[in-house]
Amino acid sequence: MNLESFFAMGGYAFYVWTSYGITTAVLLWNLFAPIVLRKQLLRQLTLKQKRTQ
Amino acid sequence: MSLIHAFFAIVRRDLLLAFRRRAEAANPLFFFVLVVTLFPLAVGAQPNLLQAMAPGVIWVSALLAALLSLDGLFRSDFEDGSLEQLLLSPHPLSVLVLGKVTSHWLVTGLPLLLVAPLLAVFLGLPEQAMPTLWLTLILATPLLSLIGAIGVALTVGLRRGGMILSLLVLPLYIPVLIFASSAVDRAASGLPVTAQINILLAMLLMALVLTPLPTAAALKMSVN
Amino acid sequence: MSFIPAPISRFFHRTASPPHFYALADKLMPWLTALFLLLLIPGLYGGLVMAPADYQQGDSYRIIYIHVPAAWMSLFIYVMMAVMGGIALVWRMKLAEVMLISSAPIGAGFTFVALVTGSLWGKPMWGTWWVWDARLTSELILLFLYLGVTSLYGAIEDKRSAARAVSILALVGVVNIPIIHYSVEWWNTLHQGPTVSKMDKPSIHISMLIPLLLMAVAFKVYYAIAVLQAAKLELIRREPSAQWVKNLLEHKA
Repeated sequence: MNLESFFAMGGYAFYVWTSYGITTAVLLWNLFAPIVLRKQLLRQLTLKQKRTQ
Repeated sequence: MSLIHAFFAIVRRDLLLAFRRRAEAANPLFFFVLVVTLFPLAVGAQPNLLQAMAPGVIWVSALLAALLSLDGLFRSDFEDGSLEQLLLSPHPLSVLVLGKVTSHWLVTGLPLLLVAPLLAVFLGLPEQAMPTLWLTLILATPLLSLIGAIGVALTVGLRRGGMILSLLVLPLYIPVLIFASSAVDRAASGLPVTAQINILLAMLLMALVLTPLPTAAALKMSVN
Repeated sequence: MSFIPAPISRFFHRTASPPHFYALADKLMPWLTALFLLLLIPGLYGGLVMAPADYQQGDSYRIIYIHVPAAWMSLFIYVMMAVMGGIALVWRMKLAEVMLISSAPIGAGFTFVALVTGSLWGKPMWGTWWVWDARLTSELILLFLYLGVTSLYGAIEDKRSAARAVSILALVGVVNIPIIHYSVEWWNTLHQGPTVSKMDKPSIHISMLIPLLLMAVAFKVYYAIAVLQAAKLELIRREPSAQWVKNLLEHKA
């Protein structure tokens, strides 16, 4: 099993790797978007709390 | 007042209201005819092409006309507060909702039957398909009103619910569209259509029993 | 609910309370992540490297390892949403509402992935990017159903009402999915005639099946991880001034 033929996917490289790439992008987005947004929200809430104190 | 009386009181009231605004009642009809007229202009007037497309074009237009008329189902009642009165009544809301949908269908769905022959002539639909077209319209337009009522009830509280309404309701209309247009299509080529008609009838009966419940639940949500 | 024993109902209500749930999600996260990687890595290795190329489709069939699990997930998540909607409507459980709403974008994501990979698979097999194949069409309609859920939730300002509306919609949708599915299938056999049905094979070799199942389970675990993350965000968004959020902030600071 050499690496080059693995990436070539028997000539279907474009279709296979685009599929895997898009899937990875969508799944990562759905996973990390809420995490980033939550961090932002918590930061905002901390600031607000400090101001009211 | 018994439940049956309440049901018919609602139907009568809504029919009376519709009669007072008769000019508005014709709008879905105009729309229906207009959309069908657009197709020959867009794709060209070759008789073969039009004839092949006729069932689909008529049914998609009927679907859009039904969708357009849906907004009026609960809108005015929501705005003048009579919807809240309905919710307060001792009768089950789902039955009252059924009354409202019935009168709505009588005003907006049934008249489509009147112009259907005209459109069939426009598009060159064979005469033998006419009875089937009528039958599918009779069976499927109430189905459209019943399913659409759920969507209207969910969006009636929104200021700009129209776009969302179509997004919610159109996917649910797909089975109706498939069976109704295929029945007309088959009738046009002289094939039997009992299967499609039976399925439409089954869907109508199911919708009569099942759709008033989520509609009522959604109305309660919207009014609160 | 009298027919549920008191300790069990107490347990559920305690676990479903936001602070408990938030802490539980944090505790579960490393385990779920480890499990996900344990399934994903052998699944991908088995699918992309170990499994032999298909005798008809060559290596292009390897898209199956994400296409089919994504399609399964798209349906599974919609059913989960309907179950959550039922719980939210009957028991007015806030956590069920939160989970329902948090699931929608993930489900829509999987549906989108199933569509795009189906199209990318179809291009070398059918020669076009899109064929009105029964399964692709159903999947497209499912995407519309997901979009309806998210846009309805976004449009209603009061989030309690929005959650109720979405619960009703999810239940209506789940009743309709089989009807839509079978009508589309029937429509397809009528209009399509015998098309290329290379995609459904009666039998699949075991070396291809194992990675497929591994990927399917990995996607389920991914869903659990992603939905917990989204639910954590949604919980804070809903009650930003609750005491437990304040405690959380102090704890962090």
